[in-house]
Amino acid sequence: MNWITKMFSSSLGQKLIMALTGLFLCSFLIIHMVGNLQLFKHDAGLAFNKYAVFMTTNPLIKTTSYLLYAAILFHAFKGIALVFQNKKARPVKYQAFDGKANSHWSSRNMGVLGTIILVFVVVHMSNFWAEYKFGHVPYTRYTENIQTGEIQSDYMPADFTMNSKMEEQSEGLMKVTIVKDLFRSVELGFKELWLVALYIIAMAALSFHLYHGFKSAFQTMGLNHKKYNGAINFIGIGVFAILIPIGFAAMPLYFFIK
Amino acid sequence: MSGNMNINLKVWRQKNGKSQGKLVDYKVEGVSPDMSFLEMFDVLNDRLVSEGKDEPIAFDHDCREGICGMCSMYINGRPHGPNQGVTTCQLHMRSFKDGDTIVVEPWRAAAFPVIKDLAVNRSAFDRIIASGGFISVNTGNAQDANSLPIAKDNADEAFAAAACIGCGACVAACKNSSAMLFVSAKVSQLALLPQGDPERNTRVLNMVAQMDTEGFGACTNTGACSAECPKEISLTNIARLNREYFAAQLGSDRS
Ligand code: SF4
Ligand code: FES
Repeated sequence: MNWITKMFSSSLGQKLIMALTGLFLCSFLIIHMVGNLQLFKHDAGLAFNKYAVFMTTNPLIKTTSYLLYAAILFHAFKGIALVFQNKKARPVKYQAFDGKANSHWSSRNMGVLGTIILVFVVVHMSNFWAEYKFGHVPYTRYTENIQTGEIQSDYMPADFTMNSKMEEQSEGLMKVTIVKDLFRSVELGFKELWLVALYIIAMAALSFHLYHGFKSAFQTMGLNHKKYNGAINFIGIGVFAILIPIGFAAMPLYFFIK
Repeated sequence: MSGNMNINLKVWRQKNGKSQGKLVDYKVEGVSPDMSFLEMFDVLNDRLVSEGKDEPIAFDHDCREGICGMCSMYINGRPHGPNQGVTTCQLHMRSFKDGDTIVVEPWRAAAFPVIKDLAVNRSAFDRIIASGGFISVNTGNAQDANSLPIAKDNADEAFAAAACIGCGACVAACKNSSAMLFVSAKVSQLALLPQGDPERNTRVLNMVAQMDTEGFGACTNTGACSAECPKEISLTNIARLNREYFAAQLGSDRS
């Protein structure tokens, strides 16, 4: 075995894979969050739809997104494999096991929490990502007055289609944009109670998963240092366990109530 | 005697490594609050021997003063019982109440097979130590102790890591039966000192490889080990073990 395979097949190396892919996914969450904040803009979805076009056509982002899919798969399947491997290390269970006496609940349930998130990712991606990529997302025509900023939106006929995801034209003060309307899919999708419920449950799971996962990743990389632990804890809890899940949960709720 | 307690024990009984075990109920009466947990077992075993119906309960112990690491009981869901920073032999019955039911099980790990009742085989730890938990020293006169300067911080941390008594409570507490805290303490104690430096790469690589071979689980950083460790070995040692390991893999000629 060469040293690389040896390192990554050791228990420490497998954990390093979990840590690195996990932190990569965390960095994606921030970008996803910032981009999706455009859902809250009062522009009938124009900015969000343009952003969706950019994210799916820019070559650098496209390449990164393949890395991201690979990281999701790696993190999920390595994680599941590790859960079973670790279960094998204790073939006879305790009759009395007092886990809460010595560890946090989320640290003992990363596998379950991760599985909830994985189910969510599959539903989420088939709803929006696959729909956008392979399904038929209708187009909308936006007429924007450059001076006043007023935006008028008209749905194109359902069978309307064109070669690109977006076309822009200027006619005097008017800027006309015809674009695939992912915003409308979001709007419609989040009228479904079960979907909104799934999103909220998944975001709760994400919160607990990252509460442990973020700081655990640093420990696995060997970074446990009194000069940095404060910052790691603050970001892990404040940003990843609180802000991000609340922000993402607010999106389906907003459209459900709206 | 006034103040004495009656305790309901549920103890894991298992004839040998191959047979099935089960929890058996015992009532121990007149337990003094000043007895240690092991002394209560002595009282019970005395009774079992004199009654002649049941074999005495096998359990590990040696120094009975918290320094050898031999005692190993998993008490009410926690290794070494409810108190922090103590071994089973240093746990006293005053930590329990009259009429309490106490479940006592052996350490549970594939790498720690049950020998009999509450006694498990912890030779896996010995094999990990043999794989690298030592320094090689030339024979001859010992050099002057003061000729090797060691930073006070490092000396203190090495000493704290060296407090590990190899009891295995970390493995017993961990939901993954991981031996990381033990191995990290042993690696740290030597990595922090100049005497440990020449063999630091081979040491960490060999000890981790042996740990994995023995069938301990992977560390998921729950922290249960450190919370239950009778010597309160810190989780920073596990981070150091990770650093030492990856540095040796990525930065040395060995693998
Ligand atoms: S690290 Fe603590 S719990 Fe583990 S073997 Fe050493 S003394 Fe026992
Ligand atoms: S018997 Fe030696 S530490 Fe408990």
